[in-house]
Amino acid sequence: MTNYVIWTLLIPLLAGIIMLFIPQRVILQRTISIIASIILLINTVLLVFQIQTEGIQKMELGGWAPPFGIILVGDMLSGLLVLTTALVIIPILIYSFSSIGVEREKKYYYSIFFFLVTGVLGAFLTGDLFNMFVFFEVFLLSSYVLIVHGSTQKQLRESFKYVLINILSSALFVIGVAYLYAVIGTLNMAHLGERIASLTEPAPILTVIALMFLIIFGLKGAIFPLYFWLPASYTAPPTAIGALFGALLTKVGIYAIFRTYSIIFVHDPAYTHTVLGVLAALTMIFGVIGAVAHKDVTKILVYNVIVAVGFVLFGVSTMTEAGYQGAIYYVIHDMIIKAALFLLIGALVTVGGTKYLKQMGGIIKYHPALGWLFLVAVFALVGIPPLSGFIGKVLLIQGGTTVGDYWIVFLMMVASLLVLYSMIRIFLQGFYGKSVLSSKEEHGTTKGLLFPISLLIALSVLLGIGAEFLYPFVQTATEVLLQPELYINAVLKE
Amino acid sequence: MKLNDIVIQTTTKFVLFIILAFSIFIFFNGHHHPGGGFIGGLMTSAAITLLLLAFDFETVKRILPIDFKILTASGMLIATLTGMGGLVFGGPFLSHTFGYVHLPFFGEVELATALLFDLGVYFVVVGSALTIIEMIGGDQ
Repeated sequence: MTNYVIWTLLIPLLAGIIMLFIPQRVILQRTISIIASIILLINTVLLVFQIQTEGIQKMELGGWAPPFGIILVGDMLSGLLVLTTALVIIPILIYSFSSIGVEREKKYYYSIFFFLVTGVLGAFLTGDLFNMFVFFEVFLLSSYVLIVHGSTQKQLRESFKYVLINILSSALFVIGVAYLYAVIGTLNMAHLGERIASLTEPAPILTVIALMFLIIFGLKGAIFPLYFWLPASYTAPPTAIGALFGALLTKVGIYAIFRTYSIIFVHDPAYTHTVLGVLAALTMIFGVIGAVAHKDVTKILVYNVIVAVGFVLFGVSTMTEAGYQGAIYYVIHDMIIKAALFLLIGALVTVGGTKYLKQMGGIIKYHPALGWLFLVAVFALVGIPPLSGFIGKVLLIQGGTTVGDYWIVFLMMVASLLVLYSMIRIFLQGFYGKSVLSSKEEHGTTKGLLFPISLLIALSVLLGIGAEFLYPFVQTATEVLLQPELYINAVLKE
Repeated sequence: MKLNDIVIQTTTKFVLFIILAFSIFIFFNGHHHPGGGFIGGLMTSAAITLLLLAFDFETVKRILPIDFKILTASGMLIATLTGMGGLVFGGPFLSHTFGYVHLPFFGEVELATALLFDLGVYFVVVGSALTIIEMIGGDQ
């Protein structure tokens, strides 16, 4: 039997290593990266079907049985996120071909790209907290390189803040892991879950540790008081890198909260999950305020990344079936649509030659396809049926009303409307309005940029229409989250 | 202005080989005792750095005509492929095996596939440490 779990990590890793040998051969690197990402996609599709038919997959590295050895676990939540990651990187790669520039491509761009993907996939698949830290470091180090790649002045300035804040969060991560090991005596997530569930009277320090992990993952995933670093650093690097960050990096933080708050820290949900819910609500509000307030199109977009974090975490905090399902649907939808929007905004800025809404206008006259794709993407983002955001939001609202969090549900709807306002403003002023530039004065072309964007939009539409097809998979994922025993037994007992 | 070069250069010529020999000893010591690819690699880079301090960059490039970035990449490739060796023989990733061989002069020696992995680590450490030094100090 082939173990798809390990190949999910090996394919991008090997691709990255091979391309380290040939930094000067740009065309060959492009070929290798596209082939590797397609193989990765096939592999992850097979992984998801394997999980669906055979249950949770695991890989004991070096043959050491858990909880002693290092283990990779592929349950459906990981599987779906891994699949979405593999889907999203292909358009981003294609977009890089025509936008990133040969200079950057010769400086190990594709290698670092694949190392980052390896780290993200590893964080989704790992079965113990310490290795989650290791994979966090793998993708963080790669992201440090990517954010400064090309060394423009803005990138250097923002990368400094980015590196500083992430070193702080990594230090906290190690401290948190040490605390947890001191209190519980294991770091395997299944083993942790089993031991904490068996405690008759959980020590209060567990709640402290739970909140500490919320801060650590919240720094990465950009929840309410901890998102301050995100807007500047995600807009600094070139579009393709920004799209990669916006689609993948915050989602790893969200996944980590999802995982730890459904399997490990379930001893005192009345406290921890209420805190999570309140923070999620605040994240939505402050994110959407930022999105409405800004006049810079890239800033509007990154604040929308923050709003989505709030939506997903609200689903996690409800601890209901509908809430979990909504969170899973929404996180998948958000990875795809945020990548699409980053690429669209990147194309808009290339064509318009400016980031400021006031100086744009009438771009749709010369670039109709770009304009209408943007409109579809905005509708999908907000969740107009039958596009992909709809089903996730309905389930989130359902989950929220089941547990009686009416005010958060209300805030969520208000936030959704404001998201629509903030994005449609870009469409009306930037694309529609009066032409500022004639076709000759334009600053760049959309040549090669439209194809990857349409791929992502098509994916988003498919996700909306095919929600029924995806449903059994999401249901499998939710079952494991609602009954952590399934995860624990699959890892420890077999 | 070169004043004291003669002392450091003469010392380096002797000390270099002691450090290198010790780093190789540490490298092989790794499996059951303290040591291994990481620390051995660091020690080798220290030796080469000493060479850099005593002489100059061109001399070192002449003695060691290696692209350190390629060295790093080869190290990563060796380590990953060793890990995948386990998959080829139907075991899990990173599983390792060992055997005893009789070598002339050394006698009975235990050889483990973990050694190959460590060799990869060794190359990565030497390669990346020297790439960094090359980047920072190479301009002068």
